[in-house]
Amino acid sequence: MTGVQDRTPITHGIDIESMQRERAGVKLEDETIALEVDKLDLFYGDKKALKSVTMKIPQKKVTAFIGPSGCGKSTLLRCFNRMNDLIDGCHTTGEIRLDGKNIYDRDVDIAMLRRRVGMVFQKPNPFPKSIYENVAYGLRLAGINKKRILDETVEWALKGAALWDEAKDRLDDSALGLSGGQQQRLIIARAIAIHPDVILLDEPCSALDPISTLKVEELINELKKDYTIVIVTHNMQQAARVSDYTAFMYVGDLIEYGSTDQLFTKPSKKQTEDYITGRYG
Amino acid sequence: MTTAAEEIAAAMPKSLVARDTEGVRAYVKSGSPYVWLTAAAISVAFMITLALLILTAARGLPHFWPADVVQGQYTAPGEPAEPILAEIRSTEEVTSARLKNAGLKVDEAQLLYDRLLIKVANRDLLGADFRPVLSDWLVQRSYPEDAVVLERVEWGNFHGFLHAVKTDGVIVATGPEAWAAYQPLQDRATDLRSKIEEIEKNEIGAINYRIEHLRLSEKRLQIDGHTRENDPADYAKLDERRKEQDADYEKLRLELDAIRKDLSRDALVMKTVDGKEVEIPLARVVRGYRPNEMGLFSKLGFFGSKVWEFVSDDPREANTEGGIFPAIFGTVMMVMIMSVVVMPFGVLAALYLREYAKQGPVTQIIRIAVNNLAGVPSIVYGMFGLGFFVYFVGSSIDKAFYSEGLPSPTFGTPGILWSSLTLALLTLPVVIVATEEGLSRIPRSIREASLALGATKAETLWRVVLPMASPAMMTGLILAIARAAGEVAPLMLVGVVKLAPSLPLDGNAPFLHLERKFMHLGFHIYDVGFQSPNVEAARPLVYATAFLLVLVIIGLNLTAIGIRNRLRERYKALEG
Repeated sequence: MTGVQDRTPITHGIDIESMQRERAGVKLEDETIALEVDKLDLFYGDKKALKSVTMKIPQKKVTAFIGPSGCGKSTLLRCFNRMNDLIDGCHTTGEIRLDGKNIYDRDVDIAMLRRRVGMVFQKPNPFPKSIYENVAYGLRLAGINKKRILDETVEWALKGAALWDEAKDRLDDSALGLSGGQQQRLIIARAIAIHPDVILLDEPCSALDPISTLKVEELINELKKDYTIVIVTHNMQQAARVSDYTAFMYVGDLIEYGSTDQLFTKPSKKQTEDYITGRYG
Repeated sequence: MTTAAEEIAAAMPKSLVARDTEGVRAYVKSGSPYVWLTAAAISVAFMITLALLILTAARGLPHFWPADVVQGQYTAPGEPAEPILAEIRSTEEVTSARLKNAGLKVDEAQLLYDRLLIKVANRDLLGADFRPVLSDWLVQRSYPEDAVVLERVEWGNFHGFLHAVKTDGVIVATGPEAWAAYQPLQDRATDLRSKIEEIEKNEIGAINYRIEHLRLSEKRLQIDGHTRENDPADYAKLDERRKEQDADYEKLRLELDAIRKDLSRDALVMKTVDGKEVEIPLARVVRGYRPNEMGLFSKLGFFGSKVWEFVSDDPREANTEGGIFPAIFGTVMMVMIMSVVVMPFGVLAALYLREYAKQGPVTQIIRIAVNNLAGVPSIVYGMFGLGFFVYFVGSSIDKAFYSEGLPSPTFGTPGILWSSLTLALLTLPVVIVATEEGLSRIPRSIREASLALGATKAETLWRVVLPMASPAMMTGLILAIARAAGEVAPLMLVGVVKLAPSLPLDGNAPFLHLERKFMHLGFHIYDVGFQSPNVEAARPLVYATAFLLVLVIIGLNLTAIGIRNRLRERYKALEG
């Protein structure tokens, strides 16, 4: 875990071309797999929201889910840390395996799962506590209360989320005083502070202005060196910019899944093509 | 038949210039009637509150002001003139017809008479402190500077003139020097009296407490089957300790006797206005003053010391004199114990209802039932408190832990604990409803944030949700306090008394005596107002006590509101 903390600092200014060059020719078959979805069905009561989804999420890559509203992309994302368990009448069949272990097994401790699979939400949701306590929250939950370790990790996580320079002088101020973009980066810092394996991002930029969006996108690009990232986005340009792999979903079905370059340039399904060219959605 | 579009076009304005600028319609449309209506509502509410405070203060506080004493001759027609030395308390106009009916020989040509209520004091000599007189018949009025008012331990005030001061039965000063000689003696007597009070209340009180303890220990031994024959050692130990206490008591008794003797040394020879000489031992005088010669500042100082006595002293003379400190203390303490009980209880109940219980018809029925509990008359809670807490829980506790005290009950009798618990029950719905409201307003996103970081539901509740809901809980507590502090009826059944011998908190271990009965401002008002033998003397005290009760409740509420505002600032609402 300490290796993660030693990584190079973030360089500001986004370079989409180099990102695209970097990921040219990636193939799912060559990747190490972090999460495996196997014939996953999900029901809200009697309504089937996910229909036998099967896919593999590669490790330390960015995987984007796109699709029209209500297609089930957020629902699928929330299956990875079992957030859907909170919804009454929601149940699943099929499996999602993390390191070969089905996370829906009876003996799985959901709290432990969520420590390994972090999540960033659509709207920034900081706790009404200080910036410091927001980042330290997950650590305190895990029973870490040593000041030295907390200090160190808070600084590291805020640096990792490119917020340190703006927040270092006001760590004890309420997190609610930060701007929307800063808050969202704080949420990312809070998520990475507990060193998860996977970070789930549920439309993380939908409430942000373009500059903040750019910063978060750049951050995602940095984070993927150390974490497996799954992002749900409404914004196809964003998916094209930040992701290595893209899945297109439509009314609970996974229509097409492949490398981002291929999906956006040579989609194999008609529905995908219609969607990315803006014919519906 | 017009189309919808045509209808709308007709209703929409063609010009931007206001159509109706005058007339009722325009006035109603302008919205100002609503502004006036709402402003009037709040003004009336505010003014009534203010009027209440002003009325109670204005009726109550003058009681502490040293009123001038008027001397005069009361000459009712056909009766011998009667000298009077009195404070004038109030004036009212009465028709002569009514006075005639009452048997007074009034001149019927004069329609209205001013009737005065005067305080003549000297209850031991005259039978009553107060009497009504007709203003016109009270003649030759003067305000003699040497008129003395003595506040006595018993029999109320004394009005008269200081004739002489006696020490050990020998006159040491007479005439004009007497007043100067009296002052240091009064200070001495006051000191001695407070010393006696100190010994009686604290030291002898502590010894009594310990002796009672020993008696109970002995009874405990008997109950456990130890008799003097088979277990002499334990009894010897008890006897030893009792002997110690008895010796201590004897010592204190001697000390007290000495002080009492010392105190009875001085006496005042007073002359009433009709020339009677009365000897009043200084031991029976609380303070003496000459109101007619006092300036504004000495009157203010007197007023301050009387008000202080009122809030800090024990009551005297069937609660019509002295202070009401035990009642203030009892009220505040009862409210605090109630808060300590109702908060965790109510918050836990609300947590279950809102966070854990499956939301459905059963939960809804329980919620409605809880809300309806708030509408149950408080006397019903009093009955429940008496039947359940006192007779059932209290008796069971007595049987299990205090059997040595039986048949006289320890917890099986009304007391401050049962009062607090009864009021906690009474205010529980308020706390539950307010807390539930607060919990329901915590955004789902915040809970998800906590859960997504690996918190369990309980951790999320404890670390995030409850702190954020704390201002709402405080709102519940504020409402609970406001209701509980003003409640009297149920307390009369479960613990309040007109005169409690000791406070529920004192220096004898275990310091907090939850089984004791206590005094309460609300009940004090009722007792002084309706049960007092001396109605006229009690009336201003009713107002003063009511004023104080309102101030105490305001004080308690302000404390809670202060805490809530601080919490609100910390957990500001999360919008956007």
